Amino acid sequence: MAQDYVKINIGPSHPAMHGTLRVIAETDGETIINAEPEIGYLHRGVEKLAESMTYHQFIPVTDRLNYCSAIPNNVAYEMAVEKLMGIEVPEKAQLIRVIMMELSRISDHIVCVGILGVDIGALTPFFYLFIQRETIYEMFEWYNGSRLTNTFGRIGGVEAPLFPGFEQKWIEFKPELMKAIDEMDKLLTHNRIWMDRTIGTTAFSAEDALNWGFTGPCLRACGVKRDLRRDEPYCMYDKFEFDIPVGKYGDVFDRYWVRMIEMYESIKIIDQAIEMYKALPDDAPLMAKVPKILKASEGEIYSAIESPNGELGFYLRGDGSDKPYRLKIRPPCYMVYQAFGELVNGEMVADLIACLSSLNVIAGELDR
Amino acid sequence: MQLLERIKGCLGGLIIDISEFHGDIAVEVDRFKIVEALTRLRDDESLSMNFLSDLFGLDNKAFYEKPKKKAKKGDAEGEEEEKPKELPPRFEVVYLLLSLKTNERMMVKIRVPEDDLEVSSVTSLYKAATWPEREAFDMFGIRFKGHPNLKRLLMWDDFPAYPLRKDYPLEGRGEERSLVYGD
Repeated sequence: MAQDYVKINIGPSHPAMHGTLRVIAETDGETIINAEPEIGYLHRGVEKLAESMTYHQFIPVTDRLNYCSAIPNNVAYEMAVEKLMGIEVPEKAQLIRVIMMELSRISDHIVCVGILGVDIGALTPFFYLFIQRETIYEMFEWYNGSRLTNTFGRIGGVEAPLFPGFEQKWIEFKPELMKAIDEMDKLLTHNRIWMDRTIGTTAFSAEDALNWGFTGPCLRACGVKRDLRRDEPYCMYDKFEFDIPVGKYGDVFDRYWVRMIEMYESIKIIDQAIEMYKALPDDAPLMAKVPKILKASEGEIYSAIESPNGELGFYLRGDGSDKPYRLKIRPPCYMVYQAFGELVNGEMVADLIACLSSLNVIAGELDR
Repeated sequence: MQLLERIKGCLGGLIIDISEFHGDIAVEVDRFKIVEALTRLRDDESLSMNFLSDLFGLDNKAFYEKPKKKAKKGDAEGEEEEKPKELPPRFEVVYLLLSLKTNERMMVKIRVPEDDLEVSSVTSLYKAATWPEREAFDMFGIRFKGHPNLKRLLMWDDFPAYPLRKDYPLEGRGEERSLVYGD
């Protein structure tokens, strides 16, 4: 009977909800009959703000979208502006972008996988990985002074070469990171409790995922081999060798597993990128020739990159002035989170939290 | 065959305008035929645009008003250009499509006049349009006919304006001061 269902409100301020997310769930005992996510608690009107800022001024605002990995946001926006203006970025700057983006991808996956463990009850692996995340932030800090909101790069290139000793730092750090991921893998992947909690939880078919607009690890967990780094190569990604892990059932375990493997793949990419970076001369340009006042012609473009969460796209329309006429951000977790009701229907309340963590919904880019 | 030609072959007479800018193709179709156009693009063998990347609204008000100001500064041209009555419709809805088969992207857009803000929902074709359509309603007031749950998404339900319209001020109109909590 419908009147026997209990409506419970989870969030918007709740330790298990990531950021300010709110779900109104109708439950029959422990089983969820209907769940409706409500968003907008972190809405700051970023798109309206963009219309009153010049193209350069908007870069720091993009940090505040996905605050777990700000660098891919910066680069995605810069690449959109470069496409609108027709600017070619020098090779060296592209390699620095790749290295920074992949480091950022690792740190984002660490947050997602670590918090997923914490939410399900595995607190220990979280600490193993978060120590390594700290080192990655240290490397960002050495590069341009900021840890979380990086404001990395400029339109047309990057501001500085890699700091001296970057390679040494990476060589020292890599085994530590690999060890931490291995330890996480040993503690969780074949753990009986972990497997019982995650395998088969909120499974999703590939057709449904595509229909709902899933991208990134959530789509790959469903078995669709799609990665913009391979399918629509940007930043010289076509010159690197890496595998694209895919899952099969699209459940919490597959999402976790895809992210774990992707961390190893990112390490591979960074290794290759550093080799290519070293082969370039020291005085290779870092910036394309960019006019001091950027004015876009009348036209519209859409440019997307593979951010840690999936396809992060920017639609830009220029009107001849130095400000964008319209800017639309396509956040990856926005599309994933709208299917949340369908994902958790018929699951337990505790699985709702597991599902939410495995989707890696970041309120900053969700509400913009 | 080039994407542009395939789109022309698929949509045929539905195309009002087609443009290419830095490799991005944008097709304008009639707003009453959007469902038909998207169905054709999705089911066409050579295109199979089966993935809706995003959908959003756009306000052209400031864009249309800008050239007029410039014309006033000009000497003789200003007098001739004084027939602004035939402005194109104020709003646009842009659909970003992607083909997973051929890895190609395209934009489809429709123009929506200010006095009749109703267009057909495409949620029956792509479930991915559910929240973007709600957001377009929230930000521009464009109503999507046939949407399962058309209500505000990011702003609160009683919000009295459409904030991304160009005539809405950046700093707002102080709506938060009249916000009533609870009911």
